[in-house]
Amino acid sequence: MHSIESFGTHDGPGIRLVIFLQGCKLKCLYCHNPDTIDTSGGSLMHIDELVEKAVKMKPYFSEKGGVTVSGGEPLLQSKELISFFKRLKQEGIHTNIDTNGRILNHFTKTLLDDYTDLVMLDIKHMTEEGYKAITGVPNNETTFTFAKHREASGKKMWLRYVLIPGITNIPELLHQMGSYFKNYKTIEKIELQPYHKLGIHKWKALGWNYQLKDTRENTDDEINTAVEILKNYFKKVKVN
Amino acid sequence: MEVKQFNYGIWTEEVNVRDFVIKNITPYYGTHEFLVGPTVRTKNLWEICKKATKEERQNNGVRSVDTNTISTVSAFDAGYIDKENEVIIGLQTDELLKRTMKPFGGFKVVQKALSEHGLVPNETLTELFSKYVKTHNDGVFDAYTKEIKKYRSLGFLTGLPDNYARGRIIGDYRRVALYGINFLIESKKDDLAKIKGPMTDAVIRLREEVSEQIKSLNEIIELGAKYNLDLSRPAENAKEAVQWTYMAYLAAVKEQDGAAMSLGNVSTFLDIYIENDIQEGLITEVEAQEYIDQFVMKLRMVRHLRMGAYDEIFAGDPTWVTEAIGGMFEDGRTKVTKTSFRFLNTLYNLGPSPEPNMTILWAKDLPENFKSYCAKVSIDTSSIQFENDELMRKSRGSDDYGIACCVSHQDLGKSIQFFGARTNLAKTLLLAINGGRCEITGTQIVEGIEPCNCEYLNFDKVMANFKIAMKHVARVYNDSMNIIHYMHDKYYYEKAQMALIDTNPSINIAYGIAGLSIVADSLSAIKYAKVKPIRNEDGLTVDFKIQGEFPCYGNDDDRVDELAAKAVADFNNELKQLSVYKNAEPTMSVLTITSNVSYGKKTGATPDGRAMGIPFAPGANPMHGRDSQGAIASLNSVAKINYEDSQDGISNTFSIVPKSLGADDSSRTENLVAILDGYFSKKAQHVNVNVLNKETLLDAMKHPEEYPQLTIRVSGYAVNFVRLTKEQQLEVITRSFHESM
Repeated sequence: MHSIESFGTHDGPGIRLVIFLQGCKLKCLYCHNPDTIDTSGGSLMHIDELVEKAVKMKPYFSEKGGVTVSGGEPLLQSKELISFFKRLKQEGIHTNIDTNGRILNHFTKTLLDDYTDLVMLDIKHMTEEGYKAITGVPNNETTFTFAKHREASGKKMWLRYVLIPGITNIPELLHQMGSYFKNYKTIEKIELQPYHKLGIHKWKALGWNYQLKDTRENTDDEINTAVEILKNYFKKVKVN
Repeated sequence: MEVKQFNYGIWTEEVNVRDFVIKNITPYYGTHEFLVGPTVRTKNLWEICKKATKEERQNNGVRSVDTNTISTVSAFDAGYIDKENEVIIGLQTDELLKRTMKPFGGFKVVQKALSEHGLVPNETLTELFSKYVKTHNDGVFDAYTKEIKKYRSLGFLTGLPDNYARGRIIGDYRRVALYGINFLIESKKDDLAKIKGPMTDAVIRLREEVSEQIKSLNEIIELGAKYNLDLSRPAENAKEAVQWTYMAYLAAVKEQDGAAMSLGNVSTFLDIYIENDIQEGLITEVEAQEYIDQFVMKLRMVRHLRMGAYDEIFAGDPTWVTEAIGGMFEDGRTKVTKTSFRFLNTLYNLGPSPEPNMTILWAKDLPENFKSYCAKVSIDTSSIQFENDELMRKSRGSDDYGIACCVSHQDLGKSIQFFGARTNLAKTLLLAINGGRCEITGTQIVEGIEPCNCEYLNFDKVMANFKIAMKHVARVYNDSMNIIHYMHDKYYYEKAQMALIDTNPSINIAYGIAGLSIVADSLSAIKYAKVKPIRNEDGLTVDFKIQGEFPCYGNDDDRVDELAAKAVADFNNELKQLSVYKNAEPTMSVLTITSNVSYGKKTGATPDGRAMGIPFAPGANPMHGRDSQGAIASLNSVAKINYEDSQDGISNTFSIVPKSLGADDSSRTENLVAILDGYFSKKAQHVNVNVLNKETLLDAMKHPEEYPQLTIRVSGYAVNFVRLTKEQQLEVITRSFHESM
């Protein structure tokens, strides 16, 4: 585990206990939590303790809130998460996973199909080259395979997409994404995360080179244009 | 008495406002959409007030002072802001924002306050008070022991109301509107006749007090007459009800300058008259809102003459005109009415403001529309606070109550409280480590504590010593309180307010503590890490070296939160064992107002790693930056302090940047409602909410002139940010602003 935020308001519906797990196989250029990437870092926490934390927060969840597991890449710990989410479901707590969708093994499927109320799937890029440039790894099709699996299970999904001027915020790409997903019934909404440099100090602290330092943030117009395009394809488009 | 349009009940036979409200209330479940903006008259008046308050700020915080008159209920001629535009009339003096001398709390304080503005009281008064007239302050210091003075000067006991008025007493101002003063006089006369011998001290005193109250009621009639109002009879319509209630409150703030002069719970009561007039077609929503806007405007203009030093403990020139809004009746109905909304609407019509200190009595069963509106108002203005109605109602056994000062339940017209400021619990803990000596001066404070000479602090030993230290501090604290309240009754009795309260009310004494989070984290460090005291040549600890990690209060971690809860329970138990003047019931609060900064200054390094002089966290808040798991974990820690051990209130201040509260307006509102429901379901008692960006505060420090109405909540009340000292402003900014990662 990396850290805990007991008042998450941007990671799923309502008020959420957000558990940031340590470790990710990707190294996205804009990652704002680069300190969660290293798979050998973090601390161990007992599932009982996490369940207890969630139960103590139950009165704040109202109808919407619950627990979100983020990261890092949570599905690296799918097997452990099964027992965690199973316990949360017994307590009647809403469960949510924030993932890049690269892992889809037997454990992941059980976790997603049986115990995860909502998946927030990160779409990094619509093209293979773009995906590789951002994440440092190939095989963008894993993301789409993952999305198909979720769609087939009939359970809820949100898409998340980081808007970077000139890299992901390109009308053509947005249309491409919209066309690809427009018939998905499980997608409730797409959340756009306009690129920002808030994580840059963490890169420095890690002694890593931040390659996007010359990349600018979106203008309001650019964000609005992206929203307008995506509204043609998705029920709900939200800017985070 | 004549009662026309209202439902009858026992209230028609005896003084019982609660019964009147219960029989006649129209609960409101709708939205805020019925609300209207201010009238032109209100706007004109508010412009004048804004100009006057600006002049006040530019003139070192005081616009004008009368140095010739002792302020009493009937002193001064009628005063107006702008008579033509005033619907609700009355000022403390004949001039807006003019401050007055109320010397019976302490004449030296009046002299000091005046001299800070280059003024002196007139010669006759100076001679009278120097030679012939004794004040509360004189009486207290005649009786104080050497020991009390030592505790006081070294900062173990601070902010005691021994040279200023104690306040906290809430007159049931509604009584004047409902009954008229003649009826109240008759009722007090009946009471007086029943107070008979044998003539013990208590009986003699009570007879004298009731006689004073009757005189005071006559003086309130006189006050009304100056404004051509006949307060001897009941109010006959909504406008009169507001006016009569305000006159009763005005009488109180003309006579007393207590630290906190709460209003009670008048909004629900006034709604009955307003609703009645609207139903009868006598007024519309425009007039209804105009009455409330102008009433609230008057409450915002209440001023007292304070000396500069007062600002250290109660910063920003507060008056604590605390109005409790909402809540539930025991019968399950809500006390929310349209006038609850109208009061909150003044924060839009007149802009944000610290006064009146609007306090929402929150319950799970409040109408959802009201909850959402309160959350919206809180987010928009940072001017209101929230308290747990269900908890207080059940624990204190009354559903018709006001909030004295910031967080203290007070059964309206049935009970009062004796304000007791607070003791420095962190310094008390240091006594346990320094052999009973003050950690700064080395003065022996408490006997019978073995010095800790071991290399590392031993938890059990520290706890045992802490208990001894608590016992002595509680004893001396209790001694001082008994003297203070004896003398206050004797020399500065609140006759106008007490005239509007039952003749023999129940009393609770309101003790308090500061430095709770420091104590909790220090004990946690000693228990879970290794703490090595660094001693000077005199054997006093000047610093602590901590090896290893320890859980900090504010992370929903029982290991340390239990230590916090236990410290509160333990000190409360010590206090409970001591008998109090007038048989008052001991209660305790965890509340600092803004004194957490000055307490910090007077406290040496503590075992939690806090350096000497660093401000404490306010109230029951976790220490700045130590709550690392986000806002809810922090709230949950505070919620573990048991209200039964701290029935005078447990203050928590919650500051958050808008973006962290939610992505958009509607989710912010929803999330705040969910936080409040969740927090109070955990039996927490109080929370101040600030929804502000740090940048706004920093900018306001640089350009105060652009932020005259910027309001923030501090421990239990609200202040104009620009009226805080630079040090207090920085402390507020340093304090945990919850920002999620």
